[in-house]
Amino acid sequence: MNKPIRTLAVGCFALFAMLLINLNYVQVLRAGDLNDDSANKRVRDAECSRERGAILVGGDPVARSVPSNDNLKFVRKFTKPELYAPVTGYFSCIYGTSGIESSENAVLSGSDERLFVNRVIDMVGNKQPKGGSVLLTIDPRAQQAALDGLNRLPGDTRGAVVALDPTKGAILAMVSKPTYDPNFIATHDTSVAEANWKRLTTDDPMKKMTNRASQEIYPPGSTFKLVVAAAALSNGYSPDSTVKGGTTLDLPQSSATLTNEGGSDCGGSEITLTQALAVSCNVSFGDLGLKLGAQTLQDQAEKFGFNEDYFDQLSSAESRFPTEMDEPSTALSSIGQFDVAASPLQMAMVTAGIANGGAVMRPYVVQEVRSPGLDVLDEADPEVLHQAISGSVADELTQMMVEVVETGTADEVKMPGISVAGKTGTANSSEEKSPYAWMVSFAPADDPQVAVAVFIEQTDVPRPDISGGGLAGPIAKGVMQAVIGR
Amino acid sequence: MMTALTAPSRLVHAFVPRKRRGAELFLLVLALAIGVGAYALVGLGRDSTIPTDILEYGGGLVVLAVVCHVVVRIVAPYADPVILPAVVALNGLGLAMIRRLDLASNTSFARQQLVWGALSIAVFVATLLVVRDHRRLQAYTYTMGFVGVVLLMLPLVPGLGVNINGARIWIRLGGLSFQPGEVAKLCLAIFFAGYLVLKRDALALAGRRFLGIDLPRGRDLGPILAMWLVSLGVLVFQRDLGSSLLFFGLFVVLLYVATERPSWLVVGGALFAGGAYLGYLAFSHVQTRVDGWLHPFDNVDSYGQIIQGQYSLAFGGILGRGLGEGNPYLTPFAYSDFIGTSLGEELGLTGLMAIVVVYGIIVERGLRTALVCRDAFGKLLAVGLSVAFALQVFVVLGGVTKLIPLTGLTTPFLSYGGSSLIANWIMVALLLRVSDHARRPPPDLTPTAADDETAVVKMR
Repeated sequence: MNKPIRTLAVGCFALFAMLLINLNYVQVLRAGDLNDDSANKRVRDAECSRERGAILVGGDPVARSVPSNDNLKFVRKFTKPELYAPVTGYFSCIYGTSGIESSENAVLSGSDERLFVNRVIDMVGNKQPKGGSVLLTIDPRAQQAALDGLNRLPGDTRGAVVALDPTKGAILAMVSKPTYDPNFIATHDTSVAEANWKRLTTDDPMKKMTNRASQEIYPPGSTFKLVVAAAALSNGYSPDSTVKGGTTLDLPQSSATLTNEGGSDCGGSEITLTQALAVSCNVSFGDLGLKLGAQTLQDQAEKFGFNEDYFDQLSSAESRFPTEMDEPSTALSSIGQFDVAASPLQMAMVTAGIANGGAVMRPYVVQEVRSPGLDVLDEADPEVLHQAISGSVADELTQMMVEVVETGTADEVKMPGISVAGKTGTANSSEEKSPYAWMVSFAPADDPQVAVAVFIEQTDVPRPDISGGGLAGPIAKGVMQAVIGR
Repeated sequence: MMTALTAPSRLVHAFVPRKRRGAELFLLVLALAIGVGAYALVGLGRDSTIPTDILEYGGGLVVLAVVCHVVVRIVAPYADPVILPAVVALNGLGLAMIRRLDLASNTSFARQQLVWGALSIAVFVATLLVVRDHRRLQAYTYTMGFVGVVLLMLPLVPGLGVNINGARIWIRLGGLSFQPGEVAKLCLAIFFAGYLVLKRDALALAGRRFLGIDLPRGRDLGPILAMWLVSLGVLVFQRDLGSSLLFFGLFVVLLYVATERPSWLVVGGALFAGGAYLGYLAFSHVQTRVDGWLHPFDNVDSYGQIIQGQYSLAFGGILGRGLGEGNPYLTPFAYSDFIGTSLGEELGLTGLMAIVVVYGIIVERGLRTALVCRDAFGKLLAVGLSVAFALQVFVVLGGVTKLIPLTGLTTPFLSYGGSSLIANWIMVALLLRVSDHARRPPPDLTPTAADDETAVVKMR
């Protein structure tokens, strides 16, 4: 019977070898992923009791770890929490992390491989490892101007503002309202943190913790006409080409018609493309969209970043341009309705792309990653996401957008001595809800330093008074002034 | 080397019987150092002081180990010298970890476990004293089979059996919970060994040859089919996947060893695969286990334990957090089913791999005992006990580390639980008994001169 016993001995050896190999797999190969899992309370507790690096805006920390008087040793403190919460996110020993606290967790907690040498030194010196710090691209004055602007609107305003450096893609301001105070859930008092968490999640119809600037998508309305105009200019049209005007556009394959805001005729039955954009003529752009075709529109929208996930530093939603549409839907999509939906970040990118000679830059919010000893470990490297339009088309479109500000619907963003390019928009989401108001603009038009998108989801203003220029315009202007005036 | 080449059969005879009790004592000192050291480290890691009760605790452990050693020295002097120290080391580590978890969650499992440990060692000693020759057990072949089946079915008796965590494998008597399946495992190992010694020749008869393997005759399939049904019964009525696999695997392996026909492994493997697949289709609890193995992270509420186990192992990493410095208590049942991952967290990959290797050593020493054993029953018994032990370790450690679906088996010698501890110490006693017999010098069969004088018939 000895031969089978020897075989079994090999078999048992194989069983134990499998156990050993699997242990190596879990404890070494998979360990990184498992430790990074945001639901992993062990790692969170360990990280809670570690001195985490700061998140810096300008020279000042907006999130930092300060000594606490309990066994977790450090507690996270957010300064100007409501202003920066959409970007920093929260850090909780119970609920994990979001925002930059999540995406740059490896650096902030000190577990990043770029901090390996620091960790070894700390280990040898028997010191608690420290985290590195993260410098954001946010311009504190632009950020403040954006939130102040939203706060000036009456009532419980919901909205978002994104400002970009058009030549780099750096995010200069990112504000979402309503906002929240991450300190409320960073506290080590478990019952307080739990109550606040419940208040901010399940019990919160306003979705305070949602970053409306990048996480949500909305119909962009007339601001989307910039994309259609870009497609037209790239396909043989010029700013002076005549397009259809008038009061109505009959939609093919249906009995429905498309009309203009307030029943206007856009200034004639035949108008220039510049005029159509200046007065935001739905009939013109609906007709233009039908002539260009759904595929051309889709290609143009995707070159600006629609249907693509290009931003991983904060949680963000993919903006949407529908594929395979019939003609009525194409006409509606051309005025930013139907299934077209964009995040404020996306519309800021469209604007910045036009400002930057047609090159859409990949957006980023992390400027520098620094070691605990303040050595720069990594620096943002601006890159072109897509060349959406040619430089000459960008110039023509810029001129048309300046015209929108000078003579058209975006009067509110005019600045003395500086030429501003802009486009307004309103979009209907549903019959019961009041329309969304949009404003996108950049300045100075001849040497763009800032591109901004302002989005107002809801505010306490009677329905007839809701307009992109009227509500969102002053906010956009405030942000642009804050950047240019620096 | 030359002798080995010319006469390989001489190798077995070249085995020089040695008692090796001194080696056992030396290894025991190492094992105690591990157990008591771990206990001290728990205190150092948590409170930065050595626990005040280290002397009582360490003293207790030393006394128990010395008792074992002395008894083995007297009643089983030729027993394998490695098994006992390996077991003592595991038991000590388990106690330290249970104590560590007690401190975290204000329980007193370690104290109870120490009492169970003392009781187990008493049973161990009793087993060695009562069973002076393992071949006596062969006389109780069918009794053991009957007792085993009765023990297996006890939890199904209304009023006696209780459902704990979905599995009906416990009985409760006067406030004490007991898992009779643990002892049934031993009874069935004895039964299988005894039964197969008798029937091995009939079962070894080849039937038809198919695809290069000798398939058994149809009527010889009876016993394996019966055992298959019993295993399925365990799976269906007690909802205990692990024991089901254990009993069936044990039987198939012994069948293979007894008949030397690999075809039994093929037949057994096919039956097991079929049964497991049927079980998967028919029972939601089996599906749950498989789902929790493949996609635990899809359902955090249901598979929190597996997920925590994974986090625990990852958190431990290569070197571990150190005893008392991790968070193993975040895993449900960290002191029993999931003690493997608790140790993995605090002792790291290094420590847990060492533990697996210690288990492997016990198994291979058991199989070695089977190799050198001179009687068929002893061989089968040693193989059965070793393989059952190996399967149990594989199923439970593989389960908690997500190598295979999780099933409810205890981690031998480490996890909290009286029945498991007692049963496993009896197993060690039986293994030592067989090995004592196997390693003993062969009896001198040369007739003495005195026989010549009184012989009735002249032989030479």
